[in-house]
This record gives sequence, structure tokens and C-alpha cells, in this order.
Amino acid sequence: MPSELETAKDPEKLDRIVIEPLTRVEGHGKVTLLQDENLQIKQARLHIAEFRGFEKFIQGRPYWELPVLVQRLCGICPVSHHLAAAKATDMIVGAMQLTPTAEKIRRLMHYGQTLQSHALHFFHLCSPDLLFGYDDDVRHRNIVGVIEDSPEIARQGVMLRKYGQEVIRVTSGKRVHGTGAIPGGINKSLSREEIDYLKTDIDQVIDWAQQAVVLIRRIFFEHYDYHINFASIDSSMMSMVREDGAYEIYHGGLRARDRNGRDIFNHVDYRNYSDYIKEGVKNWSYMKFPFITSLGQEDGWYRVGSLARVNNCDFFSTERAEAERVEFRAISDGLPVQSTLAYHWARLIELLHCAEAIRELLDDSDLGGSELVNKGEMQLHGTGVIEAPRGTLFHHYEIDENSLVTRASLIVSTTNNNQAMNESIRRVATQYLDGQQLTEALLNQVEVAIRAYDPCLSCATHAMGKMPLQIDLVNKDNALIDRLEKNASGKIKRRL
Amino acid sequence: MSATVTFLLDGKAIPFQDGDTVMDAALRAGEYIPHLCHNPEFTPHGSCRVCIVEVNGRHYSACTLPAAENMNVDNSSEAIMAKRRSLLQMLFVEGNHICPACEKSGACQLQAVAYYTRMLSPHFPHFFPRRSIDATHPDIIFYHNRCILCGLCERASRDVDGKNVFTISGRGMNSRVIFNSDSGKLGDSELSISDRAASICPVGAILPKSKGYQVPIGQRLYDTRPISLVGDSNIRRNDKT
Ligand code: SF4
Ligand code: NI
Repeated sequence: MPSELETAKDPEKLDRIVIEPLTRVEGHGKVTLLQDENLQIKQARLHIAEFRGFEKFIQGRPYWELPVLVQRLCGICPVSHHLAAAKATDMIVGAMQLTPTAEKIRRLMHYGQTLQSHALHFFHLCSPDLLFGYDDDVRHRNIVGVIEDSPEIARQGVMLRKYGQEVIRVTSGKRVHGTGAIPGGINKSLSREEIDYLKTDIDQVIDWAQQAVVLIRRIFFEHYDYHINFASIDSSMMSMVREDGAYEIYHGGLRARDRNGRDIFNHVDYRNYSDYIKEGVKNWSYMKFPFITSLGQEDGWYRVGSLARVNNCDFFSTERAEAERVEFRAISDGLPVQSTLAYHWARLIELLHCAEAIRELLDDSDLGGSELVNKGEMQLHGTGVIEAPRGTLFHHYEIDENSLVTRASLIVSTTNNNQAMNESIRRVATQYLDGQQLTEALLNQVEVAIRAYDPCLSCATHAMGKMPLQIDLVNKDNALIDRLEKNASGKIKRRL
Repeated sequence: MSATVTFLLDGKAIPFQDGDTVMDAALRAGEYIPHLCHNPEFTPHGSCRVCIVEVNGRHYSACTLPAAENMNVDNSSEAIMAKRRSLLQMLFVEGNHICPACEKSGACQLQAVAYYTRMLSPHFPHFFPRRSIDATHPDIIFYHNRCILCGLCERASRDVDGKNVFTISGRGMNSRVIFNSDSGKLGDSELSISDRAASICPVGAILPKSKGYQVPIGQRLYDTRPISLVGDSNIRRNDKT
């Protein structure tokens, strides 16, 4: 059941607080809080301006443009859209299986982007909260503060990200918006020089990744109760897993588990996802609310992303990540870890796994193979699903006999987490905001909860860490009583 | 052997024969004059004006200007390049040339000439015309969005393929390529994938289906060398260095 803070009983009697836009999340979002005269929070909602024009925009385009076109959907996770669309077009051109070279190059690209995405999120966007605490001076609580206080951590973050970007560049031709994946395969394999180039730093990258996991684990245990309880909610979780239950982000079946870790479904062929997942709507949000069909709209919401993946898989195929997974799962006695802040920990375990998996792949001679594309009998529709850094990403397309797209439907990772993020901010509201005069530090708690999910709030805009923040306290007549502003350089001003 | 006659192109002597245009002689000598609607295989068209040069203070299209002894042709002064850039900018805004998503990117003459002339932005406001795609042909797709009305498909279909599949119709902003078939659809025309007209387009307006993005970034025609060295994408040439 959604928290009762989703909808207040008499909203017109309450003061309204708007946090807009959220800082250090990708894209645009806004939080509204309704507070009564005793300062009790009565309603908390996260509104996300989802970019939906896109599905229209690609209608009438030929299917082979999809992997390149749809990555434009998002400046932050283009590779995820590139690969999900490519998988859908594999189906369209009848490539039931990719050549080993094609599959491995795509995997390499995917590990590279996951590594860079997680490094960016942790080091640039979240480490300030985690290293300094949510109530650290806002002028210091940012990446510049991290560079000043912990230059080595900041440097490793930059280098990890850079390595991931190099993997993307080598496999797709460009750091952003390359063309590597095409219907039925890829357009280039790797040369000896390219493989050697990527090998040069991979051991160092694995070391840094390992250190990052050690760091997050230490932070987690140092403030254990805070981390366990902060914004934590009990939820079902969904992710992709390999046939043998191993952690998998490129190709596998879907597994959903309830809050007790029991299967809701398992090894579901993702091409049938619409039998298992439906999208609900609420009148106060443009973004949809997906739910697991068998549980219904009220109870069927779930979480995706690193937390879900590390909880749901039976093991990691790489040694170090597996050892870290075992430690991670140990904190909850075999039940799924439900701590929202554990997303960060899980994310860094994944980062470590990606680094290890890249090293394994770089020793695989298939990377230099010459069979790049498979094709078979054309089909008029295709579905592609991957585990994007932010969670399960669904692409589905239908085309006409002339090869033009007639219908596109997508469920992006962040949409899967819509209800969960809302539940988490409601939990924060109860935990920290009730009865309090709101301050920047308290409101940052709301953002810390949202940031844990690493949402990509809109796939069209991108203003990282530079967003001005405005919090309005409005009374029941919609008159502005108080306003707190943060400008792009982090200066706080109280207006009125 | 008779004595060679020459003219000067940016101060360099270019030999020519009777009947040569400035463009013919320059290309034969391995000198590049930017062009879009011209292709040495076909009769000159003189429509895109990108090959604009200056002779004695007057402007001409090099592809239609007869070569004459001792004429002094300016092909690369900043003033000439600026004129070309303006012409290109108008072409860019008049159609929908979205290079980052276009499969012809990296092998497109419009893009390559824009790079060559150091055009950095479209400068003018985009028209964003609404133009369609004709995908009715089983092997070939036609994007009206990207057509620059160079007329090469028309000439190739008529002069090489003997089919007259393409004609430019209408005037000004309303000009467009139309297809010779009862339905007006490309799929009902006589065009075949092996026709010269199917591979002549200098931009991404006429493309084979299902082949997009197969050439990786870094290996496309103009990825590593400028069009002045590589030449035209679609010219089956053996006479140029
Ligand atoms: S379709 Fe291509 S070749 Fe034909 S007129 Fe347009 S730009 Fe020129
Ligand atoms: Ni995104």
C-alpha cells in the first residue's frame, strides 16, 4: 500500500512547500510537502517531468535508426538506450542470437557505461552527503568540498569515470552518442591495439573500484543505524538475472521478489514483460507508476536498480564482487536489504563487478572477431530489455512492412522507481521533518533519499550539481510565507 | 604535342583543354573546388552555387565557367569561403539536416563541405519544414528532409539508367523531388538498387534500406581526411589523385 502521505485529507488547509528543482539529480523534478499549523507533514509527493514526446518523435522513422536516435533521449544514459533499442532491432531483423563477438563487444560497452555512470553518481553527486553528512555546511557539501578534503577519493572517481568513457569510445566510436550497436550486431570489433590500450589500466581500475567499496562499507557501518533506517521502505524488487541465477545486466530473464525475498516471478522471458508489468497513472503526476500485474496497482510497486540487482541475484560471476555481495547480504540475515542508502553500497559492488568483468572480456579473443552481424527472418516488432545503471529499461517497437516505426513504448529505469521514491520521501518526512521548522539541511534529507535511487528525472535535460534550489513555503491560500533559495554557486539566501 | 594552355587557380597554373570548365580542369589537376550539385560524371547543373569563384571582381560558378587562358581564379580567399559558408548555412536551415542522428554522417558531402569551409554553426534560424519519408521501395528509402535539390539523381536516372525516375518539381521553398510512377510512390517506380541514381545522392536523401551505421565512426569516408583530399563520395573516379 502506498503511504498515507501520498494524499492528505484536507490539502486546502495545509501549508505547501515546494522543493524545485532538486539539486544533484539528473534532470528536472520537484517535491511538494504540505504541512499543517502544527508543522506536521501531511502530504509528500515527488513530481517528475517525464519526457514523453519522444515516442511520437520516432514514429515514421526507419527501424535501423533506432539505436542511434533513441540514445538522444538522454544525455546521461545514452548507451543504455542505444543497447536496449539495438536489442529490439535484433528481434526485428530476426537475429535470434548474436555472434559471440557482437555480444561480447556490446557487453563490454555496457560494463563501461555502468562503470562510468556509477562512478559519476557516487563520487560527484553523492559522496558529499556520505562523506560530510547531510547537515554539513551547504557551501562545503559538494564535489569541490570532496576535492579539498579528500583529493585522492575525488581523483579516483574522475579516473574511474574516465576509464568507463574510454571503453565506450573504443566500442562505439565516440564517448557520447556513438554508433557501435546496429541491428543484429555491431559495426566493429576491437583491434589488438585497442584491447592492449584498455588493458593498460584495468588492474588499477579494479583496485580503485575495490577501494571504493571498502570506503562505502566503512561509511555504512560507521553510521549504521542511520544508514539502515534512513528513508528505508519495504518493497518488492525486480531485476534481470542470468539463467543460473547469476548477476546479469545485459541479457537474461526477469526476476521479481517480494519484501521477504520470495519469488513473485522468475526467469521470465522479457519479450513478454507486458504480461507481468503494467503502468498505472495518478492524477497528480505525469510520470507513470508501473506495478507487478499479479499484485495489483496498490501493492505491486517495486524497486529496480543496484539494490534490486544485488539483492535478487544468487551470486556474482566475478570473485571480488561476489565476496562483497556476501558481506552485503549478511546485514539482513538472508532477507533482502531494504535500506535505501544501501543503493550506494550495491552500486559500488556493481562497479567492482563491471571492472572485473571488463578484465575478463579483454582476455577473450572473440573481442577481435570478424563475424559482426547475424540476420534472419524480418519481424514487425521487437522488444529489448537491459539492466541500465539505474534499473531495468524496456524498449518495445512495432514497424510496418516498409520498415517504419508505427509504435514505440518505453519504460525507463527511473519510472520503475517512481512509487518507491515517493514512498522514501514520505518516510523521510515522518522521520525527520514532522514538527520541525524546515531548514535547508532538513530539506536536503529529502533530496538525499531521492538521490539514493540515482534517478534520471528527465531524459532531455542535464544540469549537474549546478541547479539552483528553491523551496517555497506557501500557506493554504497559496500565499508565499517563506522562501529559501540556493543559487548555482551554493549560496543560500532567505527571501521575504 | 601542342603547348599547354593554362589559367591560374589561386596563383597556380592549371592546364586545360578546349571545352573544359574551370571545375573540370581543376579536378583533373587534383585541385579541389568545393561543390555539391556537380559530379564529373554528369553535365553541370550550376544550381548549388557552392563552387563560387571570383574572376576579375566577378563571381561565377566554377562548374559552368569555361576555362580561358591566363584567367586568374580566386578559389580560396576568405571572402570566397565566407560566401560559400553562407550558401551552406542556407542549405542547412532550409532542410532538416540533423547530422548527429543521420546515417550519412561522416560520408555526407554537405557535412564535409561545411567542415572544409569551416562553417561552425547554421547561423540562420532553422525553417524546420515538415517533409516526409518515402519508404515504399523494398530496397531504397527517400528522405525529402535531407534533399538539397542538386538534381544529380535526376541526371543519373535519365542519362545513365535511362529511366527518368526523378524530377525536381515546384518552385522555391516548395520544390521537391517527385517520382515517376502512377501512384507517385518510389516503390511503384522503376528504380532499382543497382541503378546509378540509387547511389548518386551526395547527402543522405537516397539511401539503401537497412544499411545504416554499418561503417564505424573513424572509418567513414570523411572521418580522417577532408573532402578536398578524398573527393566525392559517389564518384567512380580513377582520374583523380
Ligand atoms: S535526392 Fe539527393 S541527388 Fe536527388 S536532388 Fe536531392 S540531394 Fe540531389
Ligand atoms: Ni536517462
